[in-house]
Amino acid sequence: MDVLYFAWVRERIGQPRDVVETQAATVAELVEELKAREERYEAAFADLSALRVALDQELADFDAPLAGVREVAFFPPMTGG
Amino acid sequence: MRIAVQSAAFDAGAELNAFSEGHSDVGAVVSFSGLVRADGGLSRLEIEHYPGMTERAITKIAEEAQGRWSLGDVLVIHRHGPLEPGEAIMMVATAAPHRKDAFEAAEFLMDYLKSRAPFWKKELGPDGSDWVAAKDEDEAALTRW
Repeated sequence: MDVLYFAWVRERIGQPRDVVETQAATVAELVEELKAREERYEAAFADLSALRVALDQELADFDAPLAGVREVAFFPPMTGG
Repeated sequence: MRIAVQSAAFDAGAELNAFSEGHSDVGAVVSFSGLVRADGGLSRLEIEHYPGMTERAITKIAEEAQGRWSLGDVLVIHRHGPLEPGEAIMMVATAAPHRKDAFEAAEFLMDYLKSRAPFWKKELGPDGSDWVAAKDEDEAALTRW
């Protein structure tokens, strides 16, 4: 599964993507796995209320299931326009 | 419908003229252009986006607008990459038989592009650089639709 990071999430983790092998059932479980990796992940995911997630390029919730998902992206609230 | 996500500058006037031509069923065209404002000595704005999702999200927003209002056509151009004060960041145009639809659809598109299209702005100025935080009022603006 590809895990992508954007904006300050990318900066805090220090790279734009990871390729992850995971049995996580939900986004929240995947986040816990990532936080356990290293301090920089822990820092990036410290406050989930400051983050948004997209599954296969569609906005989703942190309790959404990961079954069949190929691409997960984490980023701060969007500031377009 | 035309959706363009690009780093290149665009000519808003030429885009608007091209968009307005060739519609015999349209009585109203509304356009909005967003420019880089030099707040607090801002010297550059950098816009990051999520290639793939960006085009998909904007298309979905434009299709939603077409479903809600009677529209002849929709145009959305949004840039990414480094931008200088005064440069155009994006533009939206709507064409409709009547002006109310064109105005409302353009406002709807702007409200949704602000907080539902995957763009992130970083401001560079005299005190360094920082990501622009999303505003509560931008999220609240969606509730009126």
